[in-house]
Amino acid sequence: MKVKVWRGGADGTYQEFDVPRHPSQTVLDVVTYIQRSLDPTLAYRFACRVGMCGSCSMMVNGVPRWTCRTHVDKVSKNNQLTIGPLRNLPVIRDLVTDMREFFDKWARAKGEFRGRQSRKDEFQKVPPQSPPRLQIDATIECIGCGVCYSACDVVAWNPQYLGPAALNRAWTLVKDVRDSARLQRLRAVAGDAGCHACHSHVSCTERCPKHLLPTAAIAGLKREVAKAALQGAL
Amino acid sequence: MSFRSETILWIAQRASAAVLAVCVAVHLVTIVYAVQGGLSAAEILGRTRGNVAWLAFYSLFVLAVTIHAPIGLRPVLGEWLGWRGKWRDLALLAFAGLLAWSGMRAVLGVFL
Repeated sequence: MKVKVWRGGADGTYQEFDVPRHPSQTVLDVVTYIQRSLDPTLAYRFACRVGMCGSCSMMVNGVPRWTCRTHVDKVSKNNQLTIGPLRNLPVIRDLVTDMREFFDKWARAKGEFRGRQSRKDEFQKVPPQSPPRLQIDATIECIGCGVCYSACDVVAWNPQYLGPAALNRAWTLVKDVRDSARLQRLRAVAGDAGCHACHSHVSCTERCPKHLLPTAAIAGLKREVAKAALQGAL
Repeated sequence: MSFRSETILWIAQRASAAVLAVCVAVHLVTIVYAVQGGLSAAEILGRTRGNVAWLAFYSLFVLAVTIHAPIGLRPVLGEWLGWRGKWRDLALLAFAGLLAWSGMRAVLGVFL
């Protein structure tokens, strides 16, 4: 199989390798083979190899994917693969991107939980069948892989845009009955850098390897922000 | 522009879209229905001149367009041309004025 891999920084170029095919081979297997057997200077990032850590995302034939759970059979075209660093993030070297801006935006979207209770209080219960809990069912369990951020055209056009992952996280907290920073969070995610910039292209939802629905989360934020604005609370 | 103002713009955009959905539908259905038997300019003017309901409907239509189009152009200018900030918003305000003026000029042209 012919595999083109991005080498260098932002002004780098693709280098071609010949890689043997195996049954059930993943894209991460291909990259690991190149690094271990063909060119040990290849830089890439991975950790768990089982779709939990979110660190091995790359562009595969132009599409952002988690490479450890992406089988070559499903994505190769004419027995060829083109593997590059995630789009919308600065390239450090080869397949490694700088994720700082991606995670800084989680902080800007107030993505941290702010509870009301102290360690001396009883555990606060969240009824599993309560409407707010059910509303975030399709948006929890994000692994922070950056695939949605890389798939989003609005991020490419508007560098200030917080992006699907940060807004998705904010939505899960807005609907968390234990959280105390709802209004501050709604203020943080309103406007041109926040939920109102989303055009509902649905690329994030289409590409999310965990099958979460960030587009629905962002639509929910738009509704909550609008309600708060009309009530004069924003 | 503050996040509050941007939120208000978003609400205005959605509300004007809802008005436009009704206005465009009524407008198109009326045109198709009215011209079926053939319609002269004099007949059109005979129906529109002094017709306050007609004036109110099309004034609302113009108002919705005046609100909706500039807000929609705002991210297009920002994302495609990289044009953001005060001057973009002033240019869009001028564009809104142009839409309102030309729209009401057309409406009043067949009402008066």
